[in-house]
Amino acid sequence: MDLIADNLPAYLSGFRVTLQLTVISGAVALVWGTVLAAMRVSPVATLRGLAVTYVELLRNTPLTLVFFFLVFVAPQFGVLPPLGFWTAVIALSAYTSAFVCEAVRSGVNGVPVGQAEAARAIGLTFGQTLTLVVLPQAVRSVIPPLINVLIALTKNTSVAAGFAVVELLASGRRIALANPSEAVLALVGVGLFYLVITIPAGYLAGVLERKVAFAR
Amino acid sequence: MTQPLVVLEHVEKHFGALHVLQDVNLTVRRGEVVVVIGPSGSGKSTLCRTINRLETIESGTITVDGVPLPAEGRALARLRADVGMVFQSFNLFAHRTVLQNVTLGLRKVRHLGSREAKERAMALLERVGVASQADKLPAQLSGGQQQRVAIARALAMEPKVMLFDEPTSALDPEMINEVLDVMTSLAAEGMTMVVVTHEMGFARRAADRVVFMDGGAIVEEADPETFFTAPRSDRARDFLSKILTH
Repeated sequence: MDLIADNLPAYLSGFRVTLQLTVISGAVALVWGTVLAAMRVSPVATLRGLAVTYVELLRNTPLTLVFFFLVFVAPQFGVLPPLGFWTAVIALSAYTSAFVCEAVRSGVNGVPVGQAEAARAIGLTFGQTLTLVVLPQAVRSVIPPLINVLIALTKNTSVAAGFAVVELLASGRRIALANPSEAVLALVGVGLFYLVITIPAGYLAGVLERKVAFAR
Repeated sequence: MTQPLVVLEHVEKHFGALHVLQDVNLTVRRGEVVVVIGPSGSGKSTLCRTINRLETIESGTITVDGVPLPAEGRALARLRADVGMVFQSFNLFAHRTVLQNVTLGLRKVRHLGSREAKERAMALLERVGVASQADKLPAQLSGGQQQRVAIARALAMEPKVMLFDEPTSALDPEMINEVLDVMTSLAAEGMTMVVVTHEMGFARRAADRVVFMDGGAIVEEADPETFFTAPRSDRARDFLSKILTH
């Protein structure tokens, strides 16, 4: 365990980058994914089509390919994403939002259809029906799958290690390379730091779920 | 004075192979209470739901206060605000209190301030006899109370016409009357109502006109006295003989 203690500053700086990637990409993916879900249930066929295409494209593409596309292909079309951290944020949130969309959509479909009918019957518009009546009721059933998505995101941030972002895995790899006899321990250290994010996330999910509970 | 408020002309609709509405023509005049009865699957609920376009129609026209039903969008939302609806399964917003159920439309559709909305809502809850439950969630109320809240929620929008889609069918027998009483007093106050129901007592007492549907078509229309004592069609006679024997 000395290895981990001795290299704590290196681990911590990597951990900080991983945490930043997770929080920023997670926030963007939650917002964008919810917008996509709203598009998928909207009465406008064009919006539904766009959202379906986006979701199918992104969720069926390996995350590494999404990174490759941004870093190597997009510049050839004249789009130059800022290198490093922000490119990783774009790739991670674009990819994760597809999964957020499907989690939110399943929650929306779980709200009894009579709720939306009653909302429309008093004259609420589609947007009002969604934001005032349907989504608040969908939140509860959406929390467990969303936490799954966010935990997957936390671990997916390690893909950024392959694209010049020195996050947790990249830091661990450097420590392992510098201490070849203890390489396994160095990587165990990496795993432990991921738990620092994912275990509280699971706990938070339970707390949130109880907090937004209401009897039906 | 008795100008038509809701007019359906040659309305047609299929659910797959089922011809659920067949050349339906119906005119509801201002202040009139029209009760729609008929066997299950006769299309009476569907008919009721087409009037605020919760069900779309394939052909024919529906006008409310002279305005044809608009396509999906803001104009339709505005029209729906003027057409109150009460559902069989209440459909109160499960995550909001009783009071909030009634104020939501006042705040977000009629754009009232929170104080005024609350006053209006409380007056309506008082009127339907559930004011003491204002701060509870719908699930904490009995079915009869929930349905009375649903009526208050619809009345809050000051609708031109109220649609009732089997409002007592999901209620325990001892709660049916408390809901029918509210509806009867509404009818007496001159509200224009379209009521789909199996409550023949209510039809007899409160209706200006009874519409009998079978197989997606309107078979017979008459004032309640004539309909219940001397129905013209065989199908209406058959239907009445089955439900009025006990």
